[in-house]
Amino acid sequence: MKTKLNPTWRELELGCTVVEAGTSAEYKTGDWRSFYPKTDEDKCIACGVCYLFCPDHSRHIAPRKKKVEGAMYTHYFDFNFQFCKGCGICAAECPTGAIVMIEEGKK
Amino acid sequence: MKNRIEVGKPVGIEVSIAQSEVVAQCDVDVIAAYPITPQTHIVEHLAEIVADGDLDAAFIPVESEHSAMSACVGSSAVGARTFTATCSQGLALMHEILYIASGLRLPIVMSCVNRALSAPINIWGDQSDIMAERDTGWVQIFTENGQEVVDQTICAFRIAEDRRVMLPVIVNLDGFSMSHVIEPIRFYDTKQVRGFVGVYQPPLRLDPAQPMMFGPVGIPEIYTEAKKANDVALIESRQVIEEVWAAFAREFGNAYRALETYRTDDAEYLLLTVGGMSETASVAIDALREQGVKVGQVKLRLWRPFPHDDLAALLGKARGVFVFDRCLSTAGPGGPVASEVKTSLYNLRERPLVVGFIGGLGGRDVTVQQFADMVHKGIGYVAAGAAPVYEMVGVRE
Ligand code: SF4
Ligand code: SF4
Repeated sequence: MKTKLNPTWRELELGCTVVEAGTSAEYKTGDWRSFYPKTDEDKCIACGVCYLFCPDHSRHIAPRKKKVEGAMYTHYFDFNFQFCKGCGICAAECPTGAIVMIEEGKK
Repeated sequence: MKNRIEVGKPVGIEVSIAQSEVVAQCDVDVIAAYPITPQTHIVEHLAEIVADGDLDAAFIPVESEHSAMSACVGSSAVGARTFTATCSQGLALMHEILYIASGLRLPIVMSCVNRALSAPINIWGDQSDIMAERDTGWVQIFTENGQEVVDQTICAFRIAEDRRVMLPVIVNLDGFSMSHVIEPIRFYDTKQVRGFVGVYQPPLRLDPAQPMMFGPVGIPEIYTEAKKANDVALIESRQVIEEVWAAFAREFGNAYRALETYRTDDAEYLLLTVGGMSETASVAIDALREQGVKVGQVKLRLWRPFPHDDLAALLGKARGVFVFDRCLSTAGPGGPVASEVKTSLYNLRERPLVVGFIGGLGGRDVTVQQFADMVHKGIGYVAAGAAPVYEMVGVRE
């Protein structure tokens, strides 16, 4: 079932329950952002901490390869700016300090 | 479950114990509660029944009433039949979660052993606690003796879990003067009670096998519709409540109505009461009738959904309606019951004078004579054509 936009009171599910999982993917939070995260790829060790901590769908596993200390890793964590709301949690949690938060409009 | 108590004939039993026995008969799955006087005996005894192995339920002792209601929300959301009990400060502490329980349409049943609110700290009976929770979206039922407590508790589960209702229900009883009194109560066969309440089949529930989200944010585009849906559900629960009471009368013999009446035929004046003190007031009605006063009594059983139309039909023709509240709406428009009764009558073309009396606060006794005095005073106001907004009974000047 596709959730209807602006349902009438009769069309609401009992208790406003969302009866399907993963529907927050339909809610694009990217326009909340006033700061955006930027990764220094040289510092990134592809540990995935940012992916685990991101409260939205913004950090995703991009199919890229990365060499870390001589070994090849096939996963690389990239941003999806449709969802990234700029909370900065990834930057705070990154163990190598690879992520910096930059004000929108600046580079 | 075997019958723990003899069925079919009245047994002398404390009302709190009787309520916990009947909750067990209703086959609850989860009880989450925090003890508070005068509710304590209800949850203590339920804990015993579970510990004795007579009821297959989880008893969750929590650290506060806020947690008790939160645990109830969780257990009801996974589809467990859930019961709790509280009163007074405990009910006040639950306040925010009460809205969540009704907003999520969770059929929790709660016993509220009506008690005063602090300050000054007071553990005795009045209805201040429940009146502060009028607008929480729960079905709210009052009782006036132990048999009614037992009967309404059974009805509460069936009302709450009806697919057309799916709302939590509060059964009110007076602190101490009902909860701690030994009364003759007739119990029913456990199998029959379980047959009557049925097996709870939640239309929606939290289940990892079929994930869904309970309690999402309701943005401005949704919130009004959500509130409208809850309002209609509570208003329309009335029909189911009537059906359940009728079914109860057929099955177990005792009949219940939203407004109970006593000697109202040909009555020009009506005394309206709520809860356990109604029985004392009935004795006053008998005495007044002996004296030739044309007075009858209306006892409000169903507080939410509020029976506006029934009240208008029943009270509209009277000359005077004297409403007795056990709650002070401080510096407000009168006791909660009186002001709502006035609302029901105001738009009638002709309406009685409504006189509000407030008494029985914090466990203060109200005597038969005092109820008779209220009626006489009220009749005097009707003759004069005017009454104060409300007045307090039995206060030392
Ligand atoms: S800033 Fe926040 S939302 Fe954006 S990627 Fe980092 S953790 Fe996710
Ligand atoms: S937490 Fe930092 S180091 Fe780890 S994957 Fe994310 S950006 Fe790279």
